[in-house]
Amino acid sequence: MGAKPAEAIEAGPEIIRGTAGSQDLSDRIVQTLYQEAELIAGKVVSKKAAGVDWDRRLDDILTSRLWGYPLMLLLLGLIFWITISGANYPSELLTRAFFGLERYLGQALLWLGLPDWLYGFLLLGVYRSLAWVVAVMLPPMAIFFPLFTILEDLGYLPRAAYNMDNLFYRAGACGKQALTMCMGFGCNAAGVISCRIIESPRERLIAVLTNNFVPCNGRFPLLITVAVIISGGMVLKAGSITAAAAVLVSVLIGVTATLMVSYFLSRTFLQGMPSFYTLEMPPYRKPALGQIIVRSIMDRTLFVLSRAVIVAAPAGGLIWILANISYGDTSLYGCLAAILDPFGHFLGMDGIILMAFILGLPANELVIPLLIMGYMATGSLEDIHSLAALKNLLVDQHGWTYITGICTMLFSLLHYPCGTTLLTIYRETGSFKWTLMAFMLPLITALMVCGAVAQFLYLF
Amino acid sequence: MSNASLFDLAEGSSRRTGSPPVVALAGNPNTGKSTIFNLLTGLRQHTGNWPGKTVLVSSGSYYYQKQEYQLVDLPGTYSLLANSPDEESASEFLCFARPRATVVVADATCLERNLNLVLQVLEITTSLIVCVNLLDEAKRKKIFIDIKGLEAELGVPVIAAVASRGKGISQLKEAIKKMVEGKTCVQPRSITYDPEVEKALQQIEKQIAGKGGAFPVNCRWLALRMLEGDAGLLKKAAEYKNLEEISVWGQNLPKP
Repeated sequence: MGAKPAEAIEAGPEIIRGTAGSQDLSDRIVQTLYQEAELIAGKVVSKKAAGVDWDRRLDDILTSRLWGYPLMLLLLGLIFWITISGANYPSELLTRAFFGLERYLGQALLWLGLPDWLYGFLLLGVYRSLAWVVAVMLPPMAIFFPLFTILEDLGYLPRAAYNMDNLFYRAGACGKQALTMCMGFGCNAAGVISCRIIESPRERLIAVLTNNFVPCNGRFPLLITVAVIISGGMVLKAGSITAAAAVLVSVLIGVTATLMVSYFLSRTFLQGMPSFYTLEMPPYRKPALGQIIVRSIMDRTLFVLSRAVIVAAPAGGLIWILANISYGDTSLYGCLAAILDPFGHFLGMDGIILMAFILGLPANELVIPLLIMGYMATGSLEDIHSLAALKNLLVDQHGWTYITGICTMLFSLLHYPCGTTLLTIYRETGSFKWTLMAFMLPLITALMVCGAVAQFLYLF
Repeated sequence: MSNASLFDLAEGSSRRTGSPPVVALAGNPNTGKSTIFNLLTGLRQHTGNWPGKTVLVSSGSYYYQKQEYQLVDLPGTYSLLANSPDEESASEFLCFARPRATVVVADATCLERNLNLVLQVLEITTSLIVCVNLLDEAKRKKIFIDIKGLEAELGVPVIAAVASRGKGISQLKEAIKKMVEGKTCVQPRSITYDPEVEKALQQIEKQIAGKGGAFPVNCRWLALRMLEGDAGLLKKAAEYKNLEEISVWGQNLPKP
């Protein structure tokens, strides 16, 4: 870097100052490019008068002020309803198969002459938790994920984002956050990464910090299962429609929490004005069904299930051991749960549920298996009819009420992001402080909401 | 994959013989770019109907007629001129990493808007192949595109494709191969801006010509960016060998 660049520096600004006259230079460059593109397109594109522009018509309905929201709720509700009413039968079938197999497996283990403790560890600990996780989680996922992928492939999600844009603007956040929120339905870690599409750092942080409030793949099975249990017989006999409504309402609560916390953040820690952006409506596309099924089963269902199973097996074993090592009169697991019990009751839940949420920090998929393990360690399963059996375990043996169900759903919806997501947030923000914030903000929200709801409902 | 490693990769490919040639994949969001990337590389990457789906720059490789090609999937952008991080990284990659061939995927249903990006890329590199995708959808909407005519207008190869059904992929591979081997005869359309802009461009070009040394960059593009007042790209130039001079030059430009 000798004299040469210095000369250039002198000449450079001169050239630009000399030319920058009435019209901005960059405007003129862009204008020339646009004219050129128009010219070429005019020569090579021919358009026959199309009849009805169905895309336009459909957009007018799906994103209208009047019909936009109701249709959005209806679509989501329909998906939940199909999932819930469709999952029961295969779930029951799977449970029967698994417990039928358990008998033979048990006989085989006895024939091998295993000691009692190993028999219990393997069969009642490891195998049973595996069977439960697969039977309870697989069918709803195998129905829900393909349906959601269809919605994604049709091009509906950007329309949903368009509908919600105004709400986010009022919350002081970027409308694109609606898109990152939709991504969060798949996986919060993916949702956090997708926040990169938001240009303003302030709005990006808001989107990152609140992404946790939409239930991800790992939490849907819990929401659906608990919704089925508390609505199918405990409160009403109406069954699957009530359950679907319950899941829908919890999603709405999640969206409300997102908006409220975004509003709170944009008024306190992250003040500023929302920026403008353009959102392109992609054309509607006919989804490739075969591809959707393969992709949603492989990428989502099996991914979530394998994560649950990989941890459920050792966790099942561990919890069985904890439950069978006695400390005084009660088991070790019972002791730990008992410590948490009063606090759990304050939040409308119990010690076992809190334990499941705490131990489930690495991945949300683990909460169901941990919950089941926790209860089975202190109870037993006699009835073998899938969800009915689970209901028996939770309601009849461990005194779940509708309050327990509601608070468990709320806590699952609002509590801290999973380990993977936290790690992603740390990578994206590069700040320990914001990662801690991403952990504490939802936790405080969850504690406040669950505490308030439980205390209110206890009054009746 | 971070940008830095991608640059290493591209630089290496132009220097060392034997390492696979780098091919860049650019295009507007939602044009089926990721579908084409998946079809070529076989890498599993979820492609949904989303605007701005590919946030990360990903790369994969494929073999065609026993030759390996390194394919880099750039973020979907509408332009290379504005200042979102995605547009910056795409523009930076094309300008400094100098891939051996660049494929711009264009949406047949709204070709005009897509041509803006094509023309901008054409300002950076002439080793360009345009892939007009979603022709089935265009047909459904009664939009017809004269592929040969477009080829004549742009002066670079244009491939017709329906990527969702795998149509046009083998032609694209062939076009990439020919481009990388230097067997494609391109007569790129040159864009003439208004006289005042042109005069300024030429003057700046004169100033920075030859400053790249052994690592030449497209001076006209850099000059365009300077006229636009984009100092960011020029600062980035400092990260590459022999480009410090240009960078220093650019740092002192007035803000528009």
